[in-house]
Formats: sequence, C-alpha cells, structure tokens
Amino acid sequence: MDSFQTNILKLKAYWAERGCIVQEPYDVEVGAGTMSPETFLRVLGPKPYRVAYVQPSRRPADGRYGENPNRLYKHMQLQVILKPSPADVIEQYLGSLEAIGIDLTRHDIKFEEDNWEAPTLGAWGVGWQVMLDGLEITQFTYFQQCGGIDLDLVPAELTYGLERLTAFLQVKDSVYDIEWAPHFSYADVRLQDEVQFSVYNFEMADVDVLWKLFALYEQEAARLLAAYPKSVEKARFPLLPAYDQVLKCSNLFNTLDARGAISVTERVGVIQRVRKLAVGVAQAWADQQGAGQ
Amino acid sequence: MSLPFLLEIGVEEIPDWMIPGALDSLGSLFAGLNIPAEKIKLDATPRRLVLRAQGLPDRLPDSEERVTGPARSVPAKAVEGFARKLGVRPEDLAIESTAKGEYYSYLRKVEGRKVVDILAESLPGLILKITFPKTMYWTGKGGPRFIRPIRWIVALLGGAVVPFELAGVRSGNESSGHRRLSRDRQGAVPVTIENYEQRLRENFVILSAAQRRRKIEDGIAALSVKLKPDPSLLETLVYLTEYPTPILGEFDPQFLALPEEVLITVMRHHQKYFSVEDASGRLAPRFVAVMNTDADPEGLVRRGNERVLRARFNDARFFWQADQRKKLADRLEDLAHVTFQAKLGSYLDKTNRVVELVKELGGDDAAQRAALLAKCDLPTELVKEFTELQGVVGGLYARAQGEPEAVWQAIYDHYKPESMEDSIPRNRAGQLVSLADKLDTLRECFRIGMIPTGSRDPFALRRAAQGVVRIMAEGRISAAAVLPPNGEPLANFLKDRIRFYFGERGFRYDEINAILAAGWDDLPDVEDRLRRLRASPNVEQLASSFKRIKNILRQADFQDGPFSKDLLEPGPESELYDYMFRVAVGQPIETIIGELAPRLHRFFEVVLVNAPQDDIRANRLALLAALQRRFILFADFSEIVTNS
Repeated sequence: MDSFQTNILKLKAYWAERGCIVQEPYDVEVGAGTMSPETFLRVLGPKPYRVAYVQPSRRPADGRYGENPNRLYKHMQLQVILKPSPADVIEQYLGSLEAIGIDLTRHDIKFEEDNWEAPTLGAWGVGWQVMLDGLEITQFTYFQQCGGIDLDLVPAELTYGLERLTAFLQVKDSVYDIEWAPHFSYADVRLQDEVQFSVYNFEMADVDVLWKLFALYEQEAARLLAAYPKSVEKARFPLLPAYDQVLKCSNLFNTLDARGAISVTERVGVIQRVRKLAVGVAQAWADQQGAGQ
Repeated sequence: MSLPFLLEIGVEEIPDWMIPGALDSLGSLFAGLNIPAEKIKLDATPRRLVLRAQGLPDRLPDSEERVTGPARSVPAKAVEGFARKLGVRPEDLAIESTAKGEYYSYLRKVEGRKVVDILAESLPGLILKITFPKTMYWTGKGGPRFIRPIRWIVALLGGAVVPFELAGVRSGNESSGHRRLSRDRQGAVPVTIENYEQRLRENFVILSAAQRRRKIEDGIAALSVKLKPDPSLLETLVYLTEYPTPILGEFDPQFLALPEEVLITVMRHHQKYFSVEDASGRLAPRFVAVMNTDADPEGLVRRGNERVLRARFNDARFFWQADQRKKLADRLEDLAHVTFQAKLGSYLDKTNRVVELVKELGGDDAAQRAALLAKCDLPTELVKEFTELQGVVGGLYARAQGEPEAVWQAIYDHYKPESMEDSIPRNRAGQLVSLADKLDTLRECFRIGMIPTGSRDPFALRRAAQGVVRIMAEGRISAAAVLPPNGEPLANFLKDRIRFYFGERGFRYDEINAILAAGWDDLPDVEDRLRRLRASPNVEQLASSFKRIKNILRQADFQDGPFSKDLLEPGPESELYDYMFRVAVGQPIETIIGELAPRLHRFFEVVLVNAPQDDIRANRLALLAALQRRFILFADFSEIVTNS
C-alpha cells in the first residue's frame, strides 16, 4: 500500500516519462489547478506543451473545520496538461492508474459525461468524470475555450483528486486517516490548517479589509491591462504579474462568498469584474505570445 | 451483384443519453444517400456508432438525363456553343416542345457510379453531419466537430475497405474491443462483415443494446432481489456500458433512519444504483450496481462501491443533522442571499411575490404558510448537495419541525408536476403554491423579455407553463384573478400550452381554438364545453354559418352601425333576433348549437343580407355583428373546420 506521497511521486514519474515538464505548485492561492498560469495561459496559442504538477486548491466554502471525512478547504489536485491531446490520451491516462497499482482488469471503470465550465475564466470544455468502482477519481476535459478565446490546439486536462484516490487505494473512510508518509497521517500534516482556515473563512475574516484588498488587487491588474496596448516593448510587459493580481481577486471573492458577505445583487457584478480581468489577461497574453514569433 | 455494408465509427465515450438520437440521425443520413439497401441495422455502444446494411449494388444503374438548352429561335452560334459544352455535335441535339415554346435539348447518358466510390466520397461528410446536442473540436481550431474524438473507423463494402480519411483517421477493417478486457488490449481487432459482431463479443463488447439490456435484467434476476423499477436508469446503464454485469451491494441498515427520498436520490442520481425493496415494499439496505466489466470474483468492485455509498450517506446524514439546527422559518432571511435570476433578484423577493399570489388565488392559512416556507430549503446543506431534492427536503424538514400536514405536503410537492407524466401536488395548498410559483417565474421572465424562442428555453418556461395549465385543469382551479389579459405575450404563451394540453387529450385544434375564444381562465369548464361541442350533431352546420357571417362582414368592411328592430322582416330574420335575446348565458353549449344552427341556416336560405335597400342591408349587417358578439361568449364557431 503506497503512501500519499509515493502515489504523487509515481504519477509525476509516469507523466515525466511521457514528455511532461514536472512543475511545482503555483505560489499564489488558487481555487483549482486550472487557474495556475501553467494551465490558464499555457493552453493559449499554437505552441505544444505538456506539464504535470500538484496544485493545492483552496475552496473556502468547502471547509468543514476538519470534521467532515471527505470535504476539505484545501485539497491537492494533480493537474496534467497534454497540448495537443494525443490520440491515445485515454490509454495513457488508464496507464497512469495502473502505474499506481490499480489493476483495471479487476475494477470497474466508466467515463460519464461531465462538461466543465469556469465563467470567471471565460473557459469551458467537454469531457467526463472518470468513475472507479463508483468513485469519481478524475476530471477529464478537452479544453475548447479559455479567456473567451477558441484554442488553437485542443489540450486534454486531467485533474486527479489525490486525497480521494489515495483513500481508495489505502481503503480509508476518512481522508484524515490516509498515510501521507510512513508514520504520518494526512491529519498530522494538514488538520490544523483545515481547522484554522475554516475558523478564519467562516468566522473571523474581516469583510471590510477583504473588500479593500479586492479593490486594490483589481485596481493594480486593471492598471497593467490598460497600459499593455500602449507599451512599446510588449515582449517584456508584465502580464504574468497582472495575472497574479487576478488570482488574488478570485481567492478574495471566494473567501468573501464563504463569509456570506456577498449579496445576490453584488454577486453577479463581482463575478463579471473578475472575469473581465481574467479575459483581459488571456487576450493580452495571446497577443504577446503571437508577437514574439 | 449484391453487397453487405458495415460502418463503425469508433469514438471516445459518447454521453449515454445522446446515443439513440445519434443513431436515428445516422440512419436518416444514410437513407439520404439514395443507395438501394435493405435490412439496415443501427447499433451502438458508448464507444461506437454502427450501421450495417445488406443488398447494396456494386454500382448504380446507368441513367439518362435531359439537358435543356436555348430556345429554337436563337442564332446557330448559340446552338453550337450549347452542343460544345456537352461535347456533342449540333445535329445530335433534339428539339423539345414545352408549354413555353420549343427548345434545344440533349438526352445525356449518365454512367452509374461504383457504390464504393460514392461511399468513400460521402461518408466523411455524412459522419460529421450526425446531430448531437453539443459538439467539440479536437484536431485544432477549425477542425471537424463531433461529440467526442473519432479514433477509428471501420468501413467495409463486401470484402473491401471503403477508403477515406476523416480527422486524421483512415478507414479500415480494424475495430476495437473492451478497453480492459479485450484480448488484444492495445492492438486492434480485425473484422470482416460476417464475423464483426462475433469478434466484438469475443473481445467483451456486446453490440446490441437489446442484448445488453437483457444481460442486465438476467443478471439482476440471478441476484434474487426485488428492485424499485427504474426504466430510465436501466436505459442509462445500457448506453454507459459495453459489457454490463450487475452486482449486489449492501449498506448499513442504520442509514435507513434517513428519509427514503434522500437515500434513493443518492443511489440513483449520484451513483446510478438501483434501489432494492424488501418483501413489504420498503427500502432494503441493499443496492444493485452495474459494472462495465465481466465479473467481480474477489468482491473488489462491490466493496469499492459500498465504501463510496457509505461516504455519500455519511455526508447526507451529516447535512441532515446539521440542517435541523436551524428551523426553516429562520432561514427566510437567508433567501436574500440566494439568486433567483441575475436580473430578477433573490428568492426572498420571489417568496414575497408568491405569497401575494397565493392570497389572490384565495389560498388559506396553510397555503400561505407553505408559500412562505417553500424556498427555505434552498440554503440548507442537503439541498446544496442534492439540488434535485429541492422542495422534497423542505417538506421533510417542515414535517420534522411540526408543521401541519397540509403545509409540509404542500412544500414537498410544490415543484410538481415536473413532467407530462408527473402528477400535480396532492393537496390544494400545494396546488396553489406550485401554480403561484410557476406563474411568478413566467410573469417575471416575460417582464424582462426572457421569452423562449424556438428550442431556446433556458429557464424551462414551457414546462412551467405546462404545470400552470395542468394544475388549473386537473386541480379545477379558476385562476381568473391572476392570469394575464388577452393579447399579452404571456397570455398567448399560456394559451399555446392549453392548446397543447387539450390536443394531447384528443381534441382537435380547431375545436380548442373555438372554445378558447370564449375564455380560458376556467379550464375544467373549457374541457366540459369541448366535450359538449364534440357531441353536438349540428356543429358543422353552425360553423359554416358563422364562417359565412365572418366573410360577409369582412367583405362589407363592416365595423359597426345603427340597428333598428323595425327594419326586421318577419320570419327567419325576426325569429333569429328573438332567439338571440332569449338565450341565456348559462345555457349548455349543445343546447345553443342545437337551437341556433337551424335558425341561422334558415336565415341564410331565405334572407338576402345584401338587400338592394341600403338601410336594410346595413341593418342586417348590424344584426350579424351582434350575433357574432353574442355567441362568442360560448365559442368562436367560425374556427371549426368543416368538411363540406
């Protein structure tokens, strides 16, 4: 029975052998692996790219003070982008499950329709949730659009829910009982931040401060985006930092939402604001990359 | 020569619910090729759409085609040009006589093409024309679109491959077996038309949906359990598997303390399991899952599914208990944070409007209370997790929190009817809340111009309107106080649904239109009048007379005019007039028809409306106009289609 970290290492090695760059997690808080620039920006444009990385993904509203065995404020996704998707992409994916010790001739695997859409990113794709003995273990998506732009090459995005997958393999009913490393359980490593961030997100986050921060990050992103078209040296223009500001806005929005601080009438508007910035960055980025060729 | 044909489009897993429609589309596209064929068979699994046919000719027969050229009168040069274009001499042309004159023409021989060539040329386009509700591209921007990537194509005519290429895939004779049970897993499975189905079977693919269905049913029968019948889940599983095998699993009986609705929803919607009943028809702590594989000898799959279900049930129990800490009524203010529709505000706003509507409909205290609490389950954890249980969960919580039966049942039912087959809410309070809720959605959406067009109906307004109509009709509710006035778009929209409703019940559209013209706010009465109308023998005669009235008034361009009783002629005209004022509004419609039809008939036989004297003519037109106005209170008889 492999530990959590061994599964991660094996999956990374598997995808490295298939031409993926193994990246490290992005160091700005995100809600999903898709939001890392390694996916959000790299899927744009005509350049092939393959990358695999673990992305800790924060969803403030999903926090349960560490009391729910299956729900986490922050969970780990293994994100794999294959751009363009190879013809045998499903075979390769199934091979990755076998690489972590799942004998698929003795299990039941199904691909059930599940299309993905992220309105704040102007992104959508079609695909499946992959079910292993009734458990959803992976989200498999063929990207079609990102930042409101039709993609030149269609990437396959594989998102593995690492806690679930490991709990399945280790036959554990609670993610907190997973063995992370010999002698260390998931709870040993992560329970404290589940508790503390739940307390913060639901009870103590200062709504006024969060709104102020939101406005500041938004303002900074908007300032950069407004300057890009007029910039003389477009190739060195800081769009990546602009995107970091957008990610900050997105995480602040999620925290405010968990805190119950966003009214119905505000909500639509705030989502629009984040979307406008994200789409703005994607379009500028596509332009910047195109100009560089 | 007569040839068999096989087309297998190998695709990554197609969403189960789209497959039957895709096969229909494939079948009609193939028929559109106009290649003679017989015994056309369509089959599919999640990974393949298959068309097989017999008796295709080797080549289509030669044919002749007449090409018509310039008129006979044109100069010789033009005639030579026409002949040259056809590659013949001018003296080979014939003269064709038509109604428009004489023309040069030529009977061209068209050689019948080889069917393999026609197929090779048309199949790529044909495949891409198969209709799906949503498509994707995968080879790059501007590339072909299909439901999921096409990965292989088998196309055989007799023993030969029909050669073509589509989306980078070359047609051939190599199929593919089950993803993991196929004997040659990575490689392809070469097939011929004759051994195709057998070869698939050897590689754990059951091509026929009927056989997969039977395998599931037989497998379930062998488990010796009684299932809650669920034909649509069965259909889903038939198209979600290539080699289905049912297995029996168990769950901890202590979960049976949770409401059955919650347990079944988790099993059915989230896990695609069949629920099992015990001998007394109650939910048993067991389930049936259908695997896409051949067996589970070590119980690995069973245990995996049991654990997933346990986690799901634990979640549900956690939510159920957590939700009980706050009463439904205390959640009302939380509704301010739940969006009804971006432009239409929150569910709190909606709730306030629905309560008002229920009052206008004459709802009692129970109905008003149910309207107030109806949406309060939306902010509960259980509904956030299992949205399809909205309403039901609210009803269950209301019951647990001691609300009276009339109230909790009304909350429980207020989304009903959710389909044509679904029943309407069981009690009056539920009917009023459901009616008011749906009518409010319709009113608000129409107010901001969110009106369904063609197939675009994102807010499911047609279904809402259908619900309104059914509750009015089957709940015998007269909704006059709250319905939109005639002429408004929403009135027309509702009337369309009323026509559809009565059409489904076997009434003709002309009858329905005739009756609706006299009012549509009391649908039981509409149905009653429809039945009586149908049973009246003189209806056609009366319809003819009213059509005649309509025509006469239109031709005379008659708006209105003075009427004088003194100008009436004794006999049929006076009798008609007398009858018109004698008849009472409350009369049954068949009496009206029976009495009016012969009178009007006689009137038209004897009386000349277009009398030579202006004043008499005008008076008669006024009489007819009055007649029309008077009897539209019963029906617009001129709408009824007559055979004569």
